Amino acid sequence: MATETQGPQGFEAALTRKPEAVAEFTQRRSPVQQARHLLHQTPSLVPLIVLVVSISIFGALLGQKFFSAFTLTLILQQVAIVGIVGAAQTLVVLTAGIDLSVGAIMVLSSVVMGQFTFRYGIPAPLSVLCGLGVGAAIGFVNGTLVARMKLPPFIVTLGMWQIVLAANFLYSRNETIRSQDIAAEAQILQFFGSTFRIGADEAGRGGAVFTYGAVLLIVLVLLIAYVLRQTAWGRHVYAVGDDPEAAELAGVQTKTVLVTVYTLSGLICALAGWVMIGRLGSVSPTAGQFANIESITAVVIGGISLFGGRGSVLGMLFGALIVGVFSLGLKLMGTDPQWTYLLIGILIIAAVAVDQWIRKAAA
Amino acid sequence: MTRLKIALMGCAGALALSAAPALAQEVGACLITKTDTNPFFVKMKEGATAKAQELGINLKSYAGRIDGDSESQVAAIETCIADGAKGILLTPSDTKGIVPTVQKARDAGILVIALDTPLDPIDAADGTFATDNFLAGELIGQWAQAKMGDAAADARIAMLNLGVSQPSVDVLRAQGFLQGFGVDLGDPNRWGDETDPRIVGHDVTDGNEEGGRRAMESLLAQDPMINLVYTINEPAAAGAYEALRSIGRESDVLIVSVDGGCPGVQNVKDGVIGATSQQYPLQMAALGVEAIAAFAKDGTRPATTEGKDFTDTGVALVTDQPVEGVESIDSARGAELCWG
Amino acid sequence: MEPILKARGLVKRYGRVTALNNCDFDLYPGEILAVIGDNGAGKSSLIKALSGAIRVDEGTIELDGKPMNFASPLNAREAGIETVYQNLALSPALSIADNMFLGREIRKPGIMGRWFRALDRAAMEHKAREKLTELGLMTIQNIGQAVETLSGGQRQGVAVARAAAFGSKVVIMDEPTAALGVKESRRVLELILDVKRRGLPIVLISHNMPHVFEVADRVHVHRLGQRLCVIDPRRHSMSDAVALMTGAMAPEQLNEFA
Repeated sequence: MATETQGPQGFEAALTRKPEAVAEFTQRRSPVQQARHLLHQTPSLVPLIVLVVSISIFGALLGQKFFSAFTLTLILQQVAIVGIVGAAQTLVVLTAGIDLSVGAIMVLSSVVMGQFTFRYGIPAPLSVLCGLGVGAAIGFVNGTLVARMKLPPFIVTLGMWQIVLAANFLYSRNETIRSQDIAAEAQILQFFGSTFRIGADEAGRGGAVFTYGAVLLIVLVLLIAYVLRQTAWGRHVYAVGDDPEAAELAGVQTKTVLVTVYTLSGLICALAGWVMIGRLGSVSPTAGQFANIESITAVVIGGISLFGGRGSVLGMLFGALIVGVFSLGLKLMGTDPQWTYLLIGILIIAAVAVDQWIRKAAA
Repeated sequence: MTRLKIALMGCAGALALSAAPALAQEVGACLITKTDTNPFFVKMKEGATAKAQELGINLKSYAGRIDGDSESQVAAIETCIADGAKGILLTPSDTKGIVPTVQKARDAGILVIALDTPLDPIDAADGTFATDNFLAGELIGQWAQAKMGDAAADARIAMLNLGVSQPSVDVLRAQGFLQGFGVDLGDPNRWGDETDPRIVGHDVTDGNEEGGRRAMESLLAQDPMINLVYTINEPAAAGAYEALRSIGRESDVLIVSVDGGCPGVQNVKDGVIGATSQQYPLQMAALGVEAIAAFAKDGTRPATTEGKDFTDTGVALVTDQPVEGVESIDSARGAELCWG
Repeated sequence: MEPILKARGLVKRYGRVTALNNCDFDLYPGEILAVIGDNGAGKSSLIKALSGAIRVDEGTIELDGKPMNFASPLNAREAGIETVYQNLALSPALSIADNMFLGREIRKPGIMGRWFRALDRAAMEHKAREKLTELGLMTIQNIGQAVETLSGGQRQGVAVARAAAFGSKVVIMDEPTAALGVKESRRVLELILDVKRRGLPIVLISHNMPHVFEVADRVHVHRLGQRLCVIDPRRHSMSDAVALMTGAMAPEQLNEFA
């Protein structure tokens, strides 16, 4: 009796004739499956295609008015703030979290930069650093509550949104700092609003117009794309969002990763606050109220899964640009602005549906 | 049994006697604004609070969270009814939707006064203290026409309005401006149906800097040669100016606006805005509180300004480039009267 | 021969429940030790204590004769104890190579690694491929493919390969065949024997008696939070083992002639 316990069981004898294909990975795929597999590998492909198609359609319908360097770079300028906040949102969403406080952090940071300069007479560059510090600090608190106290990100940032927004109104006393005052005394606050042109005519009209804010958006997105793909920290962000328990057991310091993600998100939002001063010229405590919803929209249309661990920051950039293209394109066509919201609503739902479909490729 | 009844009645009488003086001393009133973040309403609250203190009225303030938050306003009115207030000052977010709730308050014997924004219909309130927004628009329209002179005939006009839902203040200011400038209005109850080729287009700004800049950029993409910009308020004007500045056209475009907030008046002084129509929220609030005091005293209801279905709290054109035929005050005087 | 991993008098209480009641444990170099026991016997508490996932209230753990005090699984790993968890602890969306090096990535040499903290993908993929080939798993063609595209057995293979690649002293495997089909189980059992051949001692926790008796050198029978006895699978039958772990038979009653 005991002898038959060593070696393969009798009933498994049939297995000796098995094909040795347990770990075989070449499978025949239909074209649809291949497409799905490709999308699974490169999640930013869908938003890129949608972006190119929508630019082509608006270009065909509107001609030169839309398909000019001036208009296309204008879109880039218009999405700069949402895109930068979206980069912050991307990091958080990749960890399967959500940050509802991004807009509030952005506004409070811009108010700190402005008020520190004008109320206390602190040199503007120092005030900018203070503003960035405030943003990072709020993000750190968010991260600590999420990682160490194990509170749900939705609740933590919902609360923080209210707290930061109220603090913003109380601290700023609802006062706007005018563009002209800033231009006269603290130009560095408006740095990201300054422009340079490529290919303008002699009168300085037309051509591609870039703000430093738009340049920052591109640089920031590329930097984050690099960090997420090519560094251990970036891989850990994905692992934590994918399956936090598995990541922890595999040796990822999940708490540290979460705290750094939220802190970085706060810092990037503060940076967006600086860019916003450049765009508006002024420091306005009522600005940016919808940045959280707009950034989540960009993230979702960009193909980043709200369940975490999937998607790329490039997709978010394409998502933000899609929204920008639709808003401006439809306006130039003279349609009621409500159509823009309607179409963006459809895009959001379509994006999530595509995400689900792609995820089936895994099964 | 009868003795108990008498005793109870005695008690009730004593309670009534002791309560009555307290009621007579303290007149309760409510101020319900659209938000408590917009400087316009902040100023309105200041004016109301100061006047209430002067007249010995106990004023409580409520506000919606954001513009358009009508539910908070409904809850506030219900609170005021329960609180036994004598009067309510209301800047309605939803001018139609809140009417039934306002009626409940009036049925409870409360004087309801609309401030700044009339209810729809306007007689749903006992009185309306507001700026004549059509006149405010007309003044800047007339000024812009006179300022441009012959060029007005070829003007390229951008219209930066408030919102797609076209609230009454939005329509009145825009249509007033167009009438003042000499444009055929089409339907005076909505903007956007004019056929005058001088109008490049309409866009909405939500009345803030970001919206102003975005709308200006869109309209400039349609016609880069815009040279006259109407804006719903001064933050939108500031945003439009930034858009113009980024393409180097800030000095050859005329911007007109409505509001008269202190940053706006300062922008008139700095030449950012050509002219703005100034309104007076402090005045609205103060008059409203006085009306409640008068009503509490002897039941008088506020009278409307002659020829109008509301009480006009005044409007003045603020500009440092006065033109013939349009009365105006300069930015220095405007700065003395400004709010926020 | 001295045990490589030794525990004495482990006690772990959760409130009024005693999960480990003065438990001993010995693992000798080069062997496969199976741990069996009924549900609730405290097997998983024992394994968690050995892999650093919980801290015991009393008792000592020695690795290679040196006393250990693990505060986290990371500590145990650093000491050379690798664990293949029942849920595998793999990140589905990451690639095979990324998963194998999760938490101990290799950075590029020079400026790119030091200043830009760039990962050395080529090196990691090379090593991952090497490990998988050693274990006969290299029908996997694309080391960069996401783990979620693999079958259950393949995933198990990646997790075992990861443990074998980094485990310098001990590999613990928690129910490695529980979620697999017949063919895949067979493959994993072969893998376990492969790892043993490479000289690494293995602690195998399993409910599957045939599997246990097939690969184990010794069987640790766990009952009521204690080591009841250790039996030799060549001398005792599966029914003996089941009788012992359910309490139907006392260790003294073991038929020495079987």
